[in-house]
Amino acid sequence: MLELGTDEYAKYPFMADAGKYLKDKGFTLNQFGTDPDLKSSVEKAFHRLKVSTEGGIYKSALIDGQASKSNVLELEVFSFLLAIVLIKLTGMNTLIKRFALAEARRAEQHLEKDLGKASEKSKIDLAIRIIYDLFGIEVTKQNDFFEIPVADYLKHSISFHEREWKLINRTVENGKVLLTHEKTVRLIRKELGNYINSKIINAPTPPMIPGFEKMVNELINICKKFTPSYTITGEHPPCIKHAIEVLEKGENLPHSGRFMLATFLLAKGQSIEQIAPLFKNAPDFNEKITLYQLNHLAGTSGSGTQYLCPSCEKLKTQNLCFAIPECDNIFNPLQFGKKRK
Amino acid sequence: MQEKEVKFLEEAFKKYYFDHFDLIHIPNRPSEREFGFQKFNSGMTRHISLKDNKELHLLLMQNIPSDVYCSNAYYSFPNLPMNEKDWKEADLIFDIDAKDLHLDCRPSHSITKCNECNQISHSNDHCLLCKSKKIDTKSLPCKNCIEESKKEVFKLSNILIEDFGLEKNNIQVYFSGNEGFHVYVYNSQFQEIGSRERSELVDYIMFKGAIPETFGMKKFKPNRSLFPELEEKGWRGRVSKEIFGSKSKRSKIISELISGGYSNFQKKLENISTKIGAQIDPNVTMDIHRIFRLPGSLNSKSGLTKIFCNDLKRTDPYSESSFLNENTIEVKATCPIEFKLKNKKFGPFYNEVVTVPTYSAVYMICKNLATIS
Repeated sequence: MLELGTDEYAKYPFMADAGKYLKDKGFTLNQFGTDPDLKSSVEKAFHRLKVSTEGGIYKSALIDGQASKSNVLELEVFSFLLAIVLIKLTGMNTLIKRFALAEARRAEQHLEKDLGKASEKSKIDLAIRIIYDLFGIEVTKQNDFFEIPVADYLKHSISFHEREWKLINRTVENGKVLLTHEKTVRLIRKELGNYINSKIINAPTPPMIPGFEKMVNELINICKKFTPSYTITGEHPPCIKHAIEVLEKGENLPHSGRFMLATFLLAKGQSIEQIAPLFKNAPDFNEKITLYQLNHLAGTSGSGTQYLCPSCEKLKTQNLCFAIPECDNIFNPLQFGKKRK
Repeated sequence: MQEKEVKFLEEAFKKYYFDHFDLIHIPNRPSEREFGFQKFNSGMTRHISLKDNKELHLLLMQNIPSDVYCSNAYYSFPNLPMNEKDWKEADLIFDIDAKDLHLDCRPSHSITKCNECNQISHSNDHCLLCKSKKIDTKSLPCKNCIEESKKEVFKLSNILIEDFGLEKNNIQVYFSGNEGFHVYVYNSQFQEIGSRERSELVDYIMFKGAIPETFGMKKFKPNRSLFPELEEKGWRGRVSKEIFGSKSKRSKIISELISGGYSNFQKKLENISTKIGAQIDPNVTMDIHRIFRLPGSLNSKSGLTKIFCNDLKRTDPYSESSFLNENTIEVKATCPIEFKLKNKKFGPFYNEVVTVPTYSAVYMICKNLATIS
C-alpha cells in the first residue's frame, strides 16, 4: 500500500486503517462518547452519515483539497471512521450502501481534481497510483487524455447502463480506450463504493458506546423509510410475449430465446410441467429433451445451478429485445410491470 | 439417418482420420482444454481431457466421431462437471456464417425437407405436400456465400488489428467445414474477460448501440465541428467514410444531417450497422464455456474438413477442404441444387440413382439429400 501525505488521508480516509489510526493518535472509542472536546467529531460523523442517507455528498472542510490545519485533517478522518462505528452500531445494511456510495463520490471529486491538474505531475501520479493500487487498472496519461486497456475498461464499464459507456461510444485506439479525467474517475465510482462497502462490512462491531445511543436510534428510524413497496401487474414483457408468439406459430425460436423464456417463467414461479407444453409446436420439439433442459435450467438436474433470466442488455445483443415505453428502462425482463409506488 | 448411411459415413470418416492424422493436431495447452465428440445418430459426449496427439488419434479411431470439439477455454480440471472445472481464461473466438448474412443468393440454393413426409421443396415456411410446419431448411452454399463471408472476416480482422491493437499473427482464420469461418484470437488482453464483457466487444464489432453524440450529433444545438473527419481512426472514421463518402461532400451532408434531426441520425446509424459492422454470431463469442469444432476434423453437416486459411483471399474452401476418397458409390439422390466440390460439378439430381465419388456422396448424405441405394 502506498504511503499517503497528511492531506491525502483527509481526501481518501478509507485508505487509513481505522483501528491503527485512532491508536496512533492516542484515542479510544469510548472517549468520543464522553469527551466534550471530541463532540464535534461525533457530530460531524452523524452529519456526514445523514447527508448520505439523503443522497447528498458531505461537503468537507478541506480548502481546495488541502487540509489547512492539522486539526481539520484529524476531524476529517475521525468523522469518517466514527461514521463507520455508528453504522456498525445500527446494524443496518442499507446505511452501508448509501454511505459507501456518497463517500465514493466524494473521493471521486478529489481524484478528479487531482487527475485534472495538468501542471502538477505529482498529484496526477498519486491519483494514478491510487487507481492502480485499489483496482489494478493501469492508467497512462496521453496528451489531454487518459488511456486504459480495453479489457480493463470493459470490466468496469459493464455495470453502467447509460449508452454513452458502451464501448462503441468511446474512442478506441490500439487496444486502449481514451477517456477524459472526469470519465476515468467515473469509471471506478462503483468499485470505489464497493471498496468502501467491503471495508465497512469487514470492520468489527464494537459494543454500544455510551453517548452514541440517541444518534444510533435516529439512524435506525431513517433507515426504516427506505423499504420500497411495489405493485405488480400480471402482464409479460414484450420480449417474452414475442417468444411465446413465435412458438405458438410453430416457428423456430433460437436457443437463446428458449433460454430466456424458460428462465423467465421459472423465475416467475411456473413449474416445468407448466412450461414444457409451450415448446411443443417448435419444429424440433422432443419432449424428453425439453424436460431434460428445463430441469437443467431449474437446477433440479445436472450441476444444480439455477440459471437466471438474461439482462435486457444481453437480450438486445441477441436480437431478442422488443422494448416498448412500458419497459421504462428496466434492466431485466423480470422487472417489467413492477413499479415503485 | 438410417443404419446403412451411418455405416457408410463412419467408414469414410474412419478412413479420413486414419489417412490424415497429419491434418489433426491437438491445440496448445491441451491438458487445460475440454474435448468432446458426437457420433452419428447420438448425443454429445463432453468433459473429456486429452494430453497429446496420441490420445486424440486414439479417440478418433476408437469412436469414429461424426464431430470433434475442443474448448477455447482453459480450465484447471477440464474433465470435471462445468461448475467444478475452474475456468481460467478463454481464447476469443468469432463465428461468421453465410446463413446469417441474409444474402440475395440464398433462396436460389436453399430447399426445405419436411420432417413428417420427407418431401423436398423450395417453400420456406411449410411443406408444400402435407402443409406441415415442421421442416428443416438445407442450403448448399455457393461461391457468393463464401465471398461475402470472407468480406465479413476482413471487416472483423481490420477492427481487431486497428482498434484493439491485436497482432496479425495472433489472429487465425479457419473454414468451418460447412458455410462459414471461425476466427481465433490468441494471447490477447481479452483472454480473461467474461461473457458480459465479450458481449460488449461483440456490439462494438457489429456496430450496435451507437448513439448520435459519438458521431458529433447533439440533441440540442448541434455543432458542425463535432462531426467526424474521414481520416479519423476507429468507428468515427468508418462512419464518416460511409456517410460522407468524400471530403467534398462532407459539408453538404452535415447540413442535411443537422436539418434531418437527432432521431433521423439515430436511424441512419442503425441502418448502416449491418453494412459497416462485421456480421458475427454474437452467441458464439459471448459463450466462454463452448466447445468448438477441432481444426482438421470433419464436419458432419458436409463431410468437409475444418481447414486453416493461410491466405484467405485465395482460399477456395470447396476445392481445398474435401479430403474424402474418390471411390465411386451409387446413391439415390434428391438434390435439386447443383454443387461444386474439388472443382467438379454435381447435380441437380431429382430422385434418381447416380454414381458419384465418395466425397460427393458423403456431402449429399450429410445434407440429408441422398440415401445409399
